[in-house]
Amino acid sequence: MNHKKQINMMLNGKQISAEIEPRRHLVDFLREDLGLKGPHLGCEQGACGACTVRVNGQIVRGCLYLAVQADGATIETVEGLTEQGVLNDLQEAFLSHNALQCGFCTSGMLLAAAELIEHQPKSNREQVREWISGNYCRCTGYHSIVDAIMEVLEARADGRQVKSVTTA
Amino acid sequence: MKAAAFDYVKAKSLIEAIALLSEHGEDARLIAGGQTLLATLNLRLSEPSILIDITAVSELKGIFVQGNMLRIGALVTHTEIESSDLIAQHAPLLKEAAPHIAHRAIRNLGTWGGSLAYGDPAAEWPACSLALDAIMVIQGPSGARKVSAKDFFIDLYTTTLQVDEILVASEIPLASSNQVHSFQELARRHGDYAAVGLAAMIRTDKGKVQTCRLAFFSVAAIPTMASKAQAFIEGKSIDTALIQRAVNLAREEIETLADITNSQETKTHLLGVLLERALTKMMP
Repeated sequence: MNHKKQINMMLNGKQISAEIEPRRHLVDFLREDLGLKGPHLGCEQGACGACTVRVNGQIVRGCLYLAVQADGATIETVEGLTEQGVLNDLQEAFLSHNALQCGFCTSGMLLAAAELIEHQPKSNREQVREWISGNYCRCTGYHSIVDAIMEVLEARADGRQVKSVTTA
Repeated sequence: MKAAAFDYVKAKSLIEAIALLSEHGEDARLIAGGQTLLATLNLRLSEPSILIDITAVSELKGIFVQGNMLRIGALVTHTEIESSDLIAQHAPLLKEAAPHIAHRAIRNLGTWGGSLAYGDPAAEWPACSLALDAIMVIQGPSGARKVSAKDFFIDLYTTTLQVDEILVASEIPLASSNQVHSFQELARRHGDYAAVGLAAMIRTDKGKVQTCRLAFFSVAAIPTMASKAQAFIEGKSIDTALIQRAVNLAREEIETLADITNSQETKTHLLGVLLERALTKMMP
């Protein structure tokens, strides 16, 4: 039974076309067909958040979104957003606060945190915790992740950049 | 796990979507936000032969005021409800409830209509639709019909929607100046399914309660109104003695069902706790 569909999408700033089975979810398409290993596949049922990507500017669960639904959409992954520098402050803060250990949750955490910073720039620790409650981390206990996100929120409020630990 | 194979078609209009539903019957599933459907497909709890994507159907979109009603299209996402000025003004209960639904990434895709049509007894929107006396606008091959929220949910994950019908929108009476609400939810972790929840609304007239709606969720097979407690409260002024009587009535009248983590007794206790909090908050 061949149900393959033709799709076109803007992926990390590049127009791409592909022919895919409708049952292929977006993360399998990105990882297996295109080799983009930034979005991770954890639970594959919407619980863990490791597969977070941006569709038309908003974060979604990549495992709860079919690649065929992305026809005509703009998709951004941690790779593209890193290249654009959108995640720069968050990435520096995650490094300096040891906000990752194994790193499996990190791409999802960064994308979730970036949307928080954009939509709720005045969030306190409790609101940060609520916001990232959809992203599991099995190493850090979350405290250092909240520290890192708070540092970026405070830096933005003061109009400064987060101090770089990589280029020092 | 991976979903079983299925075909996919994107409907361009409501008429086309209904025709496709009529053609494929039980083998088809509608997909809007897909935030429940995709998980059930990945787990192979559901194996439809075709998905009908309705996200391009313009009749299902948007939030509008129509006369004295607020119309919420079935495709409106939880995030849109959370950030809509029209919702904040005319149905503020929904704005308060929205952040309790799952997590941001899920709220960005999940829809008002999907939540109602799925009829999960632990979900927020079915209870809110009861508390606000919503009317469901339904379209099928033979035309449109309207059903009140209290007649819409009939059993576990079961509504009055027929296999070839689509929920188009809901109509909610605009919040009046004498109307207050309270939304209460207990969950072990933010965004998890509720252990127990309550969507409450009252309208007062000269210090007395004129209308009272107490819609509990995650207590039974369908979202459930505490009708005896409501009737007891209507016509009276809210004070601490009245709150205690109402709590007792609600605990007596609602036959709770246990879930995997909470016993029947726990649920009965907690629904009273939430009712006390809600009524205290709404007390003038």
